[in-house]
Amino acid sequence: MNELEVGSETETVEAPETGTLPLDAWHRANGARMVEFAGYYMPIQYSGIVAEHDWTRSSAGLFDVSHMGQLTLSSDEGAEEDAATALERLLPGDIAGLKPGRMRYSLLLGDEGGVLDDLIVTNMGAAEGQALGMVVNGAMKWDDIAHLREHLPDAITLTLHDDKALLALQGPKAAAVLEDLVPGVGKLTFMKAAAFDWQGASLWISRAGYTGEDGFEISVPEDSAAAFADALIADERVKPVGLGARDSLRLEAGLPLYGHDLSPETDPVSAGLGFALSKKRRESGGWMGHGTCVSRFAEGCAERRVGLVLSGRLPAREGAAVMHGDEQVGRVTSGGFSPTLGHPVAMAYVASEHAADGTELSIDVRGKRLDARVAPMPFVPHKYYRGEA
Amino acid sequence: MSRYFTEDHEWIEFDGDAATVGITDYAQGQLGDIVFVELPAAGTQLTKGKDAAVVESVKAASDVYSPVSGEVTEANPALEEDPALVNTAPEGDGWFFRATISDASELDGLMTEAKYKEFVAGL
Repeated sequence: MNELEVGSETETVEAPETGTLPLDAWHRANGARMVEFAGYYMPIQYSGIVAEHDWTRSSAGLFDVSHMGQLTLSSDEGAEEDAATALERLLPGDIAGLKPGRMRYSLLLGDEGGVLDDLIVTNMGAAEGQALGMVVNGAMKWDDIAHLREHLPDAITLTLHDDKALLALQGPKAAAVLEDLVPGVGKLTFMKAAAFDWQGASLWISRAGYTGEDGFEISVPEDSAAAFADALIADERVKPVGLGARDSLRLEAGLPLYGHDLSPETDPVSAGLGFALSKKRRESGGWMGHGTCVSRFAEGCAERRVGLVLSGRLPAREGAAVMHGDEQVGRVTSGGFSPTLGHPVAMAYVASEHAADGTELSIDVRGKRLDARVAPMPFVPHKYYRGEA
Repeated sequence: MSRYFTEDHEWIEFDGDAATVGITDYAQGQLGDIVFVELPAAGTQLTKGKDAAVVESVKAASDVYSPVSGEVTEANPALEEDPALVNTAPEGDGWFFRATISDASELDGLMTEAKYKEFVAGL
């Protein structure tokens, strides 16, 4: 893994060749329109973005997110510290306190508190030799690996599982569908994970996702991925869904997209991700970016990530200026038309004095001024399954 | 009346020195679900090959270029209420605008329907 570190330091400007993922042929056979995304050919849509979006909100959508980096961290025998303790120096979440089978959303932060990536950490428990699992953004995985390798002790082994596909099954019928194929999976609740078996293939299933719906992410060996995807879409409640609807779904759910709503120039407090900074670790410190985050909490932020609800039908896209009268007070970081709500919505960073819910602002789109109101997120309520009440 | 096509997937139908402009079925298929069409107001001067309208799909904003130079006489009022007409009837009720043509020689570079079909088949 040291080679990766060296590679990142001697980065060349040559564009890497576009990669293909385990389900490439499967997507094409199922009518996907493929585009380049995060260095891979990925399906942007099958039947149409709005139809796929609505299907996910009403039934169950199958997404291929195999471009994401599936990593594990484990400490070698006799190591001075375990993987959780070592990882806690690089991110603000309580990882040491994560029980087996539990997951946590967290962030890799730079020295100045800038967000290097957002990710999920899982305590994989005894099933995986006490390893920690991490799922990171596809476009960031090589940078993440270099950053982790640079800052973690040599006695922590870091492995990229690029021999596994990652599928997401999302929507109100996802649990019933998956229970039929993988009995017992319905017992998981939101942000819990466990190992399962499907026709001899080892699956690692998490009850999580990025659409705001109840659903699962399923790590499956690449050799079994197409057969497993076929078994899922053989159920009439399931249809494949592309990246286009994945983006409109996560936008409605108020979930930030790395590289757009989060970047090394934004810190977690301004981004409204204070929940990812556990109280215990905020107080204890000892992680990169702690100083910046503590001062943001104490002194407030110059700007904040907010939701904006637009009137009319014209969407505001990334980069559009957010205005208060004639003064620019912010910028849109992602925006589009919400199929569920029937009007455009956006996320923006706005000066804190204009960031309160209900504040009336406007957005400049090609010289037109669109009325926009600061609104709480999610725009469409989350429907995570947290167990029977 | 005769209809011609551009490599940017606009169609233009002539009736004397008046013309109706829209985007092709192939174009709407590529754009996906259309949620808003920004049309030029009557009186707008058009220049061949320059921006004339903007189509917002769920995915992104895309420019539509004018196939000819001239002046807009009318924008399709139906698209304000129902932009999805561009998806359902791109080469009919989903037309974008009507214009007068200032230079008939500009028609020379346009494709006939048969030629356009051939062009699309090769994409």
